[in-house]
Amino acid sequence: MAALAAAGKKVKTFVIDGKDVSGTEDQTIIEVCRENNIEIPTLCYLDGLTEIGACRLCLVEVRGSNKLLPACVTKVQDNMEVVTSSDKLKNYRVKILELLFSERNHICSVCVSNGICELQNLAQRLGMTHVHYPYLFPKLEVDASHERFVLDNNRCILCTRCVRVCDEIEGAHTWDIMGRGIESMVITDLNKPWGESESCTSCGKCVAVCPTGALVEKYKNAVDKSFSYKKDKLKFLPYLTTMREVKNEQS
Amino acid sequence: MSKVKAATIWLDGCSGCHMSFLDMDERIIDLLEKVDLVYSPLVDNKEFPEMVDVTLVEGAVSSKEDLEKIKKVRERTKILVSLGDCAVTANVPSMRNPFGVDAIMKHAYVDTAVTKDIIPNEVIPELLEYSRPVHNFVKVDLFLQGCPPPADAIYFLLTELLEGRMPDLTKVSRLGK
Repeated sequence: MAALAAAGKKVKTFVIDGKDVSGTEDQTIIEVCRENNIEIPTLCYLDGLTEIGACRLCLVEVRGSNKLLPACVTKVQDNMEVVTSSDKLKNYRVKILELLFSERNHICSVCVSNGICELQNLAQRLGMTHVHYPYLFPKLEVDASHERFVLDNNRCILCTRCVRVCDEIEGAHTWDIMGRGIESMVITDLNKPWGESESCTSCGKCVAVCPTGALVEKYKNAVDKSFSYKKDKLKFLPYLTTMREVKNEQS
Repeated sequence: MSKVKAATIWLDGCSGCHMSFLDMDERIIDLLEKVDLVYSPLVDNKEFPEMVDVTLVEGAVSSKEDLEKIKKVRERTKILVSLGDCAVTANVPSMRNPFGVDAIMKHAYVDTAVTKDIIPNEVIPELLEYSRPVHNFVKVDLFLQGCPPPADAIYFLLTELLEGRMPDLTKVSRLGK
């Protein structure tokens, strides 16, 4: 901390869940939470990628604000009082999960990511008993044209981790989002089949960061003993942070 | 003291949840000291009784027959439990939903037929447009996820109900597994 303050960054002191904490002025609430082992559920946030505040699962209560604020894009301030778990927050978080489950065809029991899926695990952890909203059962495409990987739109939650990792870390920008609202889909190149993409380097970073079974390796599943991008995600994550630090130093 | 009346029914599911129920092994014997299993695929009663204390439902609601059954069961049951992922989420039966009933029937009975290529209009019940979870049609009191729910979870559910408590099943549920 002293080193950071010496580097010209102001130190902010504040309270999270009744605990006195401190962070530098450029840190977000979620970064300070993670440093202090305070758990906040997330789906779009991933350490090492740009924060976009899309999934809204990290919403927290901040005293003095009548709105809930996303912890991943809210910078810390002196004397702020943050609450990361309450009945109100749990209620909203479960509703967000239910909306995600109702929007596309998430069938955990037959999914290759069954057991290592962040959406499924969050539903379990936050105590989602069932989905109150009517399921939409859309008919969505599966793109298996790539030699090694598959995109299954049925399982995509539009977190855009794949878009960001491909652009920010690999530098290829193969992935993007097409369409608006509920019609939005992740696409490769200008909506070409993945296997015909000229920009894709087949590095597999998108597969590693995908929280669900939307991007998977062919011939691999959750119980596979050999290396898999998805299962060994935790080994892969420090790399993202390192890469971003290198990038920041260069710019 | 009279025994608690329990029932189980099997809609659009694979019977795996009932198998998991049987996986309680010898604990079933103790349970049956306090519970009368009045209707179930596991017992030989053809008509769902008038007054049942608790009914466990396996499977999604996929056909007109399922719908009639579940409505009748709801009317005659005090505590209705969605047992397993098909009842709770529609799970595997819902995989046909994006394609539509006509396409599914044609694929099953014409395109892949080895003997007769006729779509049956009797014997098998008419499918609903979508296979949906039980709570989309009737009020459900408790949800136990799992594919199938573990035997221990089903035992916990039943013993808690026998003690007169509405259990919190979120800790024993396991969506998709």
